[in-house]
Amino acid sequence: MRVFHAIYDAAFNLFEAPMRGAQRVLGVHRLAWVFLLPNLLIFGLFTYLPIALNGWFAVTGGDRILLPDRPFVGAENFASLLECDSYLDPNTCRRDLFWRAVHNTGWFVALQVVFMVLLSLIAALVLNRNIPLKGFFRAVFFYPVLLSPVVVALIWKWILQRNGVLNAGLEGMGLPTVNWLLDPSWAFFWVIFVSIWAHMGFYVLILLAGLQAIPGDVYEAAQMDGTPRWRQLLRITLPLLTPTLVVVLVLSLIRAVQAFDEIYVLTGGGPGSATTLLIQYIYDTGFASRPRQFGLAAAASLMMAGVLFVLTLMQLAATRNRSEEG
Amino acid sequence: MFHWLTLRRGRERLDLSDWLAFGFLGLGVVLMLGPVLWLALSSFKTEAALQEYPPRLMPMAPQFMAVEGFDAPLQRFVITEGEHAGRELVQIRRVGLNAQMIDPANPDERLNIRITDREPVRAVQIAQENYTTLFTRFNFPLYFWNSTFITVVATVLTVLFNSMAAFALAKYRFRGRTSVFILIIATLMIPPTVTLVPLFLVISQMGLINSHWGVIWPAIATPTGVFLLRQYMLTIPDDLLDAARMDNASEWRVYWKIVLPLSAPALAVLVIFSVMWRWNEFLWPLIVLNRSEVFTLQLALNSFQGELQTAWSNLLAMTVMTLLPITVVFAFLQKYITQGIAQSGVK
Repeated sequence: MRVFHAIYDAAFNLFEAPMRGAQRVLGVHRLAWVFLLPNLLIFGLFTYLPIALNGWFAVTGGDRILLPDRPFVGAENFASLLECDSYLDPNTCRRDLFWRAVHNTGWFVALQVVFMVLLSLIAALVLNRNIPLKGFFRAVFFYPVLLSPVVVALIWKWILQRNGVLNAGLEGMGLPTVNWLLDPSWAFFWVIFVSIWAHMGFYVLILLAGLQAIPGDVYEAAQMDGTPRWRQLLRITLPLLTPTLVVVLVLSLIRAVQAFDEIYVLTGGGPGSATTLLIQYIYDTGFASRPRQFGLAAAASLMMAGVLFVLTLMQLAATRNRSEEG
Repeated sequence: MFHWLTLRRGRERLDLSDWLAFGFLGLGVVLMLGPVLWLALSSFKTEAALQEYPPRLMPMAPQFMAVEGFDAPLQRFVITEGEHAGRELVQIRRVGLNAQMIDPANPDERLNIRITDREPVRAVQIAQENYTTLFTRFNFPLYFWNSTFITVVATVLTVLFNSMAAFALAKYRFRGRTSVFILIIATLMIPPTVTLVPLFLVISQMGLINSHWGVIWPAIATPTGVFLLRQYMLTIPDDLLDAARMDNASEWRVYWKIVLPLSAPALAVLVIFSVMWRWNEFLWPLIVLNRSEVFTLQLALNSFQGELQTAWSNLLAMTVMTLLPITVVFAFLQKYITQGIAQSGVK
């Protein structure tokens, strides 16, 4: 503690003289800009400048990273991504991998979000009851959220491998074993399963907060009227929880569209391209494969940004509803 | 006798929904905690025990014994069937479905035993070498240091820069304040995954490829942090600041000696978030850091598991070492972490 205070005071003294000087020159009010400067510089350089540059990358070709070296190709990157006989069949597309990633992402988002929100809701309802060891159970459901994606993937890889504990258990029960991560459908199932496992604790937490915000006297009144518990759930809990549920739904949608880390380590997008999602397509196209097709990657990420933008607007609307009602 | 277990306040007995709830919780604990425990248990097994199928729960390893006249230690077996049933023998070599075995007490007599008639002798054996070789052969300390460096430096700068911005936005009136605030919050709408390519250009032009600063700089200004701290600082009364100014305190002193200490709870939440973000970050370091000397723990883990010759024993131990710091932090700060997340809605 003493060391911390010494460092804290030293840091104060380090900046005190220049900041006092700045205050004398600029005056108190304009000093605000000095406080804002580091943040704004970083946002400008690493967020806003890249956004502007992304547009440029998307309309240029070649494998060079420096903008002056890149030939202008107009909308060709977008056109080639969109060139398809049928959008329902990735094999008919010029960039079949991109469309396979789009399809995979669509299925992944739909299934992962629906099952995760459902499971989180059940878990939150159960954890909100008057149960013993409540704190322990809550911690258990939340713990995987803190694990890094690489760790999550390796934990499950170890369980799902050919000679892993899951296959051993199945064999012990006389059931057939499966090479889980080498079978396209099973790999896709596990990708969804693992991603729900890793993230649902976060949504459970938000839903629990929402449940606890429902005043207890509503239930007391219902109990006095003799309303059965399942009816209380349908008529009181769920309607009052809806704003929180909407927030959870939109948040998990935004995250699911950008899923990458665990899946990349767990399956590498395989077998084949069975579990390749959009972010991995962008990463592979722009960074992992040679020649690096920055233009294509930028165009794909701009298209994804469009989807995310719509989702974020929905989130903002949902949050506003919640704060108005809550 | 166990009647009290099923008693509940207000109601007499458990109803169906209670049993369903307990079932869900039981299944939940097995599914959420089981895999992590299985990983931890496995990480203490020797490579030989890890290769065994079906796997055993406890870290048991086949046992070997040095016998005079043989260079390598020989594996021990208990004979279960046939004329030698009950004896303990060691195996010299395997020939098809039979094994040549000897009794260590009488090494000259060679016995032919069918391999189905015997069981390996096992004993609990904790393979701490899985962990020690991480330090001798796998450069683990370097990766640990890289991750720690990035996490600590980025967190200190995140807290400093974000609190400065939050202070300006919460405690000053100046032209453009609202625009700046919107400009910062709007970056929430731009997920970092969307700007990978151009951000790579910016970082490479700054010469920060394969440098830890290439990971740190883009990460330290966070809209979440600014927003969280600004909201908290709004609750600090201005009178307190004005009183200090009366005493001729500089603005920097007001910020550093009054506002920062008073914002400690919000700062703590941001510290926890930032540590979690940076320690677990994967995609951006994967793009920026390509040389193994600068790898973070996450990247090192990822590259090990990608190698064909990976020894699971070391990989599992390294995975445990990677999840350990976060687990310890969680064990001590669980309440603050969950409260912080529930209140701010960020992860």
